Amino acid sequence: MQEAATTPRPQIASCPHLAAKESAPDIMLWVVGALAPAAVWAVWNMGSTAGTVFIVSIVSCLGTEALWNYLAKRPQTLMDWSALVTAILLAMTLPPRTPWWMVLAGGVVAIGLGKMLFGGLGWNLFNPALVGRAMITISWAGVLAVQKVPGGWFQGIDVAETGGLDAINGATRLAIAAADRAAEGGYGFDLGAQFEPLLFRNLEGCIGEVSAALLILGGLVLILKGIIDWRIPAGYIGTVAVLSGLCGSQGFLDEAIFNVLAGGVLLGAFFMATDYVTSPMTKTGRLVFACGCGLINCVGRFYGPMPESTTFAILFMNGLVPLIDRSLRPRTYGWVSKRE
Amino acid sequence: MTAPLPERLFIPMSQHLGAPCAASVSVGDRVERGQVIGDVDAMVSAPIHSPVAGEVAAIGTQLTPGGQRVPTVEIVPDEEQDFESFVPVPEADDPRDIVRAAGIVGLGGAAFPSHVKLRPPHDMPIDTVILNGCECESFLTCDDRLMRERPERVVAGARHIKDIVGASRVVIGIEDNKPEAYQSVSARAGGDVEVLSLPTAYPQGAEKQLIWTVLGKEVPRGKLPAATGALVHNVATAVAIADAIEHRRPLMERIVTVTGSVERPANYLALFGTPVELLIETSGGLSANVGRVIAGGPMTGAALADLSVPVVKGTSGVVALESGQTAPAVSDDQPCIRCARCADACPISLEPFAIGVYANRGDWDGSEVYRALDCIECGCCSYVCPTRRPLVQLIRRAKHALMQRGSRP
Repeated sequence: MQEAATTPRPQIASCPHLAAKESAPDIMLWVVGALAPAAVWAVWNMGSTAGTVFIVSIVSCLGTEALWNYLAKRPQTLMDWSALVTAILLAMTLPPRTPWWMVLAGGVVAIGLGKMLFGGLGWNLFNPALVGRAMITISWAGVLAVQKVPGGWFQGIDVAETGGLDAINGATRLAIAAADRAAEGGYGFDLGAQFEPLLFRNLEGCIGEVSAALLILGGLVLILKGIIDWRIPAGYIGTVAVLSGLCGSQGFLDEAIFNVLAGGVLLGAFFMATDYVTSPMTKTGRLVFACGCGLINCVGRFYGPMPESTTFAILFMNGLVPLIDRSLRPRTYGWVSKRE
Repeated sequence: MTAPLPERLFIPMSQHLGAPCAASVSVGDRVERGQVIGDVDAMVSAPIHSPVAGEVAAIGTQLTPGGQRVPTVEIVPDEEQDFESFVPVPEADDPRDIVRAAGIVGLGGAAFPSHVKLRPPHDMPIDTVILNGCECESFLTCDDRLMRERPERVVAGARHIKDIVGASRVVIGIEDNKPEAYQSVSARAGGDVEVLSLPTAYPQGAEKQLIWTVLGKEVPRGKLPAATGALVHNVATAVAIADAIEHRRPLMERIVTVTGSVERPANYLALFGTPVELLIETSGGLSANVGRVIAGGPMTGAALADLSVPVVKGTSGVVALESGQTAPAVSDDQPCIRCARCADACPISLEPFAIGVYANRGDWDGSEVYRALDCIECGCCSYVCPTRRPLVQLIRRAKHALMQRGSRP
């Protein structure tokens, strides 16, 4: 063809010839952005001790992924930014005083065992950040229990006095409530007075619990941006609210609000349970999954041995995702349902 | 705008779905405008007419926009052309025979012979005729222009189709991003033709989706759309049918949208056989950083390697996309992050991610369980995928393998 010299030569490819702008790295960076306000506020208030946890977690998670890819001779995948999301989430589920080596080990387990061993992004069954956290919770509960929460944060509660797992589960108020429930008395504090610190500046518990308001803000941004499905946070938080209202002894509304704001429910509902890879792909499935998370979370809180159970509630439901996906498939156009 | 008369027309003998035509002229023959130059005695086929008066210069083969190389009649047109006159198609008692003789096929892009659709099976009476004024794809504006400029012909075609199949109702569905078309067609419609404004949504121009939007009925799987009592025709096809029945005019030209990264985007009335590159030249040529040139729309059209291919009956548009504008080249093995955007986007509620995983492994049983064969190949799943997995391409691979082993939708 003579024209080829003068006219630009078109490329060929199969249709469709257009693609949406939003790519996987964009999505991951939006999640990072949505977590940023709470993370920054935590470091601002808790100081370098929380900052260290973030840095160690990021180095550990990204380093593990890079090393794994290098050893497995696979293309580097750091630039999909999913390891960064895992790193930030892992840090936010840990208390600020977590020793650096513990965070390091958590990152290695989160990425190595939780993600890369399954085949990398998209193939893992369980939320990697929660796998890391679960490992820390189970392995070093004793080490954390003797850590003192730094004075001046709240009231310098001695972790050892309030129950071994409080610090690691980061639900100090929840722990007190659980202990009081176990003693079959009223709570040693006023529920209503907790709402404001829990919403705006809470220095008990995990890094990510610093401000419920900022977590909700980040979650709403992701919902409005169409990145996460509202069904998961709505189903999760709704179930927790209703069940705590019913199970609690301090009045429906107070118990409902307190149990949603305290502990890991908001971080879990907006950022953990919504993880694409480990949550169902059908809309009904997501509701079922979310309600299951809420149910197990509440059962764990009110009747379990630990004051908080967000981690294990979500991990348990992660394991059911393949079953949920298989049993709640959408009806295809033109197919009649079995009942007809 | 009328496209310029090319020096030579390349008229493929297969411009429709179904049996290809055999050339009925020889090299050196004189042909008149509207004269039959190719036909075949088959039910699913449509004859082909010369769009010009001229001389048959050669009979060779030519690549079509669809990518097949088919026998082609090459005609050198006379310098003086009378575009007002043509050889009329023969009179017939049954209007469907006139539609066949006029060579009319679906002008939305599928190019299925229209007379076949006008003869639905006897056990499937048609109660509603739906005219598709949705414009099958973004970028294309050929139907929009037709509805704005020739609304009375659209309405006339609607009435003819309704009468032919004995329907009680005829609806012209127009998406709400074409208000001028809606107004001009509504103004001509009268009481017997309904004009509906539909929300704009790709792929509403697809038959099954349009039936669902207009009637709220689903075409049962494996059945003809006629099973819902609906018959869908494109507005341009309706105009061609009206012209054939009233004026015995054969199909010799169509409206082609030329748009994208060309200097002067336009809709052309182009004779069949006009090389695509002539239309692009008339529009000012391609921009320097052109990526792909597509025959049809950007979601389902074919990227052209050779711009000398001719306009055929199914060529609704020529879309030039800049290289930064196109989807990235298909690369394998990007992971699925299970975001479910593909499932949300699928107009028939398939789960493309699952078919994609099975197809990638060559597991055709799995693909079939996830109903790969129901896929209408609109491309929405590939479009939305944030890791750019070639989902519709993988589904096509699964469909192909399943059809080969005898599975049917």
